[in-house]
Amino acid sequence: MKMLMNVPERVVSDALRGMALAHPELVVDVDNRVIVRRDAPVAGKVGLVSGGGSGHEPLHGGFVGHGMLDAACPGEVFTSPVPDQMVRAAAAVDSGAGVLLIVKNYTGDVLNFDMAAELAEDEGVRIAKVLVQDDVAVTDSTYTAGRRGTGGTLFVEKLAGAAAEEGADLDRVAAIARQVADSSRSFGVALSACSTPAKGGPTFDLPDGELELGIGIHGEPGRERRAMMTSGEIADVAVDALLEDLRPDGPVLALVNGTGGTPLLELYGFNAEVQRVLTERGVAVARTLVGNYVTSLDMAGASVTLCQVDEDLLRLWDAPVSTPGLRWGR
Amino acid sequence: MDAEFFRRWLTATARAVEREAGRLTELDSAIGDADHGANLRRGFQAVTEALAARDPQEPDTPGAVLTLAGRTLVSKVGGASGPLYGTLLRRTGKALGDAPEVSDAELRAALEEGVRAVGVLGKSEAGDKTMLDALFPAVAALAESYPAAGDAAARGAEATIPLRARRGRASYLGERSVGHEDPGAASSALLFATLAEVAGDVR
Repeated sequence: MKMLMNVPERVVSDALRGMALAHPELVVDVDNRVIVRRDAPVAGKVGLVSGGGSGHEPLHGGFVGHGMLDAACPGEVFTSPVPDQMVRAAAAVDSGAGVLLIVKNYTGDVLNFDMAAELAEDEGVRIAKVLVQDDVAVTDSTYTAGRRGTGGTLFVEKLAGAAAEEGADLDRVAAIARQVADSSRSFGVALSACSTPAKGGPTFDLPDGELELGIGIHGEPGRERRAMMTSGEIADVAVDALLEDLRPDGPVLALVNGTGGTPLLELYGFNAEVQRVLTERGVAVARTLVGNYVTSLDMAGASVTLCQVDEDLLRLWDAPVSTPGLRWGR
Repeated sequence: MDAEFFRRWLTATARAVEREAGRLTELDSAIGDADHGANLRRGFQAVTEALAARDPQEPDTPGAVLTLAGRTLVSKVGGASGPLYGTLLRRTGKALGDAPEVSDAELRAALEEGVRAVGVLGKSEAGDKTMLDALFPAVAALAESYPAAGDAAARGAEATIPLRARRGRASYLGERSVGHEDPGAASSALLFATLAEVAGDVR
């Protein structure tokens, strides 16, 4: 498989060097792998730190900036970052108001962030944590490591980030983050496998003419394989899976997310189908975001995330944000 | 066994991981995310470098060697394997204390403690289709001999094939995880294969 890179071992470092040059408003520490907004720590403001394996861009580094994250820690491709990165990030963004760690629910991320939280607290940083586990494709039972964290992460980072920017304290920012995490659900489908630089080819086998329903953001298999379906049929399955679990009694934010290898033309068409099903099911959509935000390298496919919002959360959604990946109102 | 024995064990493991990285990644692509070999290779390369760059002021003991290796894995690897393998070596090293030489029985007791710590950190038990399915039988067989422990680890890893994963990323597959060897158990088997190899060279 052809990839636009020098050597696989340097993919993440090369990307960070390029990101630094493209975004002077960020401080990108290529050696220590920490991306921090240049004005951090912002006096009196709670710091937001997230991180995870690379390969999901713009998540998380592309969401660093005013109104969203204060710092992000990129790991190797699909591999959680290490505690040293998170401790360094927390120290860089702590104004004394404390730091919220936003963690996607994967065994590696949870273990490394847990270790980092302990170390940062030893250094005198007040830490709160929120775990994002929004993927309805896998059941949450004692037989799994819980639900996976996927597209809901964008909503948590945006809404908690806006609250922090407004001056909410650590307890309040953490409470909002947890409310958003609890109110978000995602479901993804893959039309093709993703290829990691280390492997140099597809990480799983998805034959032509088939799709994987309930795919994870690392290409982990989900619920079932089926013969290829139309955009409308996929929207029916995805939205029904979400509503079976979320049962919203108010308006929702909708994220129709591309996984990296699907053109925006197809994503907008898919969004039309998603909104059709939501309307049929009587769900009001307050705001919609369409694009590649939580990707899986070059995987073709899409995911739908819904987040039930009240007026307060909707106001936080509309609040200004200025990051490489998400920008409005400022 | 002195500090040099443990350095040989770790560098032999680094070579074995280098040799088997492709197979580990292949196993991981079946039920995980296809990076186990690459991550462990990166980690054990860093361990080899850290051991070579050891501060001569630091005490040269088996405990110090394993603790340094464990800390290096935690801070270089990421993923789940960094903290889990890091904890295994660090806790084993701590249990060995600061004795300049350790006996077989002391190493066995220390490894028992290290393996227990892995179970606590990963909230896992035997039969969950994890590295513990190789580590538990290996440590039990250490009472017999090092080669027996190496064989037990290999059999333990193979015995994960029919299991359904209950922890880690493979757990999301449910029944579809059945029929594949757990990559973490496979790499744990390497660790005990090299221990047997290095111990055999000594005797």
